[in-house]
Amino acid sequence: MAKQLIKGNEAIVKGAILAGCRFFFGYPITPASEVAEAAAYYMPQVGGTFIQAESEVASINMVYGAAAGNVRVMTASSSPGISLKLEGLSYCAGAELPLVLVDIMRAGPGLGNIAPEQSDYNQIVKGGGHGNYKVIALGPNCAQEMCDLTMLAFDLADKYRNPVVILADGFIGQMEEPVEFPEAYASFPDKPWALHANADDEHRLITSIQLEPEMLEQHNIHLQEKYRIISENEVRYEDYMVDDAELVLIGYGVVSRILQTVVDDLRAEGKKVGMLRPVSLWPFPSAHIAELGDRVKNFLVVELSNGQMVDDVRLALMGKTPVHFYNRMGGMVPSPEEIYAQVKTIWEA
Amino acid sequence: MLEAVGLVQAKVVVREDECKGCGLCIAACPENVLFEQKHLNRLGYHPAGYTGSGCTGCGTCFYQCPEPGAIAVYKKGYVGEEVA
Amino acid sequence: MAEKRLSKADSFYKVYERTPSAIKDVTHYCPGCGHGVLSKLIAEAIDDFGIRERTIFMSPVGCSVFGYYYFRTGNIQCAHGRAPAAATGIKRAYPESIVISYQGDGDLAAIGGNEIIQAANRGENITVFFVNNAIYGMTGGQLAPTTLIGQKTTTSPFGRNPANEGYPIRVSEMIATLEAPVYVERVMLGDAKNTNKVRRAVRKGLSNQIDNKGFSLIEVLSVCPSGWKMTPVQAKQWMNDFMLKQFPLGVYRDRSEEIPVRESQRHVFSVDGIRDKLELPKSGEQTMQVEKPAAEFMNPRLKLAGFGGQGILMLGLMLAEAGMRAGYHVSWIPSYGPEMRGGTANCHVNLSERRIGSPVVSKPTVLVALNQPSLDKFESEVAPGGLIIYDTALVPNPPKRKDVKVLGLPATTIADELGNTRIANMVVLGAYVGYSRILPKEVVFSALPALIKRKNLLPLNELAVEKGMEFVTRMGS
Repeated sequence: MAKQLIKGNEAIVKGAILAGCRFFFGYPITPASEVAEAAAYYMPQVGGTFIQAESEVASINMVYGAAAGNVRVMTASSSPGISLKLEGLSYCAGAELPLVLVDIMRAGPGLGNIAPEQSDYNQIVKGGGHGNYKVIALGPNCAQEMCDLTMLAFDLADKYRNPVVILADGFIGQMEEPVEFPEAYASFPDKPWALHANADDEHRLITSIQLEPEMLEQHNIHLQEKYRIISENEVRYEDYMVDDAELVLIGYGVVSRILQTVVDDLRAEGKKVGMLRPVSLWPFPSAHIAELGDRVKNFLVVELSNGQMVDDVRLALMGKTPVHFYNRMGGMVPSPEEIYAQVKTIWEA
Repeated sequence: MLEAVGLVQAKVVVREDECKGCGLCIAACPENVLFEQKHLNRLGYHPAGYTGSGCTGCGTCFYQCPEPGAIAVYKKGYVGEEVA
Repeated sequence: MAEKRLSKADSFYKVYERTPSAIKDVTHYCPGCGHGVLSKLIAEAIDDFGIRERTIFMSPVGCSVFGYYYFRTGNIQCAHGRAPAAATGIKRAYPESIVISYQGDGDLAAIGGNEIIQAANRGENITVFFVNNAIYGMTGGQLAPTTLIGQKTTTSPFGRNPANEGYPIRVSEMIATLEAPVYVERVMLGDAKNTNKVRRAVRKGLSNQIDNKGFSLIEVLSVCPSGWKMTPVQAKQWMNDFMLKQFPLGVYRDRSEEIPVRESQRHVFSVDGIRDKLELPKSGEQTMQVEKPAAEFMNPRLKLAGFGGQGILMLGLMLAEAGMRAGYHVSWIPSYGPEMRGGTANCHVNLSERRIGSPVVSKPTVLVALNQPSLDKFESEVAPGGLIIYDTALVPNPPKRKDVKVLGLPATTIADELGNTRIANMVVLGAYVGYSRILPKEVVFSALPALIKRKNLLPLNELAVEKGMEFVTRMGS
């Protein structure tokens, strides 16, 4: 099939529509606005609905309402907007509503700026909202994956009745690359638990409230069991030249692209360097990292944050292998040369 | 069972178990045929009661009562059973 | 014979299985509470209109939170204040459903103030029942936006003081200022006559939705004997004596008659013609075979920079689009955001025979500088042996580097001569592909229509590309 040069943010919307999404409730924010703009343009043309909500808070709650029905629904924002959506995300997780939330991360804290960062890792992967919930988080690193992982996200959301987040940095959202769009889903599986606006609805309740502690504990246990199953089945990652690697670089999103260049450059010099790219940030490829830790001498984690994912790498390794860390913040993106220099330091130590 | 010709006299039935004794029906009844009973119900309230005669079936008490099932009013001519 | 009997509506569950209470046939409402009465009027109307099976009841936070215990309908319990937003979501998914947003004063007028205004302003075809009892009931009697001046609550223990807490908000009057709402009325659960008005308003609000007329809000003044610390009978008197003054009853907006009855437009899932609607490329479109350029020009990493408005981003996109059509891996990253709207613009482009690693170009093999600041800023970054292309018409001080190739051309002058200064970027494109031979003219031309929306400008763009190519040919000869 022919490819289309397209911005990551737009590829998300086309992928979503191909996956059966027909409802988008959004709010503009740089660098995520093209997602809403594309949805505003395409949704009405495919018999879908786009609403520009009054706020991020309203948009996630519109998603909550629509996700209670037998439809596929999404929203998108960027870091400060995601902070606002977290209350609603907690409700969605509690009520076990399937939805796709796109986070095109920008730099913070506060208003920060609109340049790329990866400092939403903790607020998405570790919760952010209140309560014992988890959302599946997928980290695309190219426009093709903006489409493919969005389509996957809808399937995972429905399969597990759980929110799924596309966690991408500003560069992955703004970058244009060729994308090969797969065939549209002819349909998606019926959601028997959902409201259908018919006679069966009297037996259906969408809620996150469980007044009795015993009941709420049971609900939490049920959720944790679901999360365990997800952890066992939905770990995704990409290995790049790790088979004989003595040093493995770890990064996701745009960082993984930079790391690939660094690996290529070092391999050209005969250095045994590889890269691990977590594709699912939750569930995190902890077991795989632990396994690599038995034969790899050093890890270098690179993030556009103060060091958020690196905590998960350290937890996976439990101290058995040295973990180095290099970061940039505030919208600064490291060059391959910068990281190359870091690797050299580790190599020569 | 009520006669097939229907009720000859309207009546109000207070389901005492569901009454919270708020007294709004008693205060609103234009015929003054409702009263606060002396005994306590299972909820710990003095339930409303019907004197047994004089109800015109106007429905005022039904629409003053906040409890969905506590009061039923059967108008003159009603055919059928009392609701369970 | 329903009209001869007034009893518990069918639209209530017979047994309230969802309540954790051991007693499952009475509501959680306090004795004398207005919520119960309003619920009865709503349930009765749902029964009478025959809409129970398609009704979806929204229970937000407050004393209304347990609506789903009672209403034998579809139920959504949602976040504090967000019922109008969540109602919007489910109503848009099921336009044929009857969606009821049942909210208290804290929920609707405080934390959910924006959601109600915006849902009303969008004219969402929902029915909102707004219970105004001047207090937060569920949390134990705190100040509400509708609490009266001087009224004592647990968070206004000395009485509401306008200097500190402002004035009671009149929601109906406010919503009625909007264009979209169809029907806004304030009624009161008072005596039999007033309660009958509530009953009529409830039915009208639901009728409007059934007829797809749009947004209705019914504000219902109601007692909270527990919160007010009064007996139910005293509370009714207090509502009459004090609340009515602040919140006059009446119809504040009613366009029910002027708006015609409409059919529901059900959402139908369809994938007919979806690839065309999404403007996806036809599967027949093939990549064009191209000859490889000289090794020094292979796998270029380009940085393109200039003033906003010079078409820098478009130039980069053209290269990426054409490169893709020639079968290369390509990437394009813009400097994005406010910079786009004035000031400088730059973008990074990769064309590669292999999967592209970093899309961010830190050591460009090609720098295109269309103004002096761009050249000054990025000249030092260019990889040794690389190429700098600059516009001699706008860059008075040429590159100083001796270890790079330099191609200067008066792109803007050439564009001017073609009659459109803004076409300089295409002249540069022609010069670059002509000089490097990375892409043949045919591929570049095939890429133009994908990015140039105004088709009448295509010939001019093609001409500009050719002029750029001619310039380097002349230069070389």
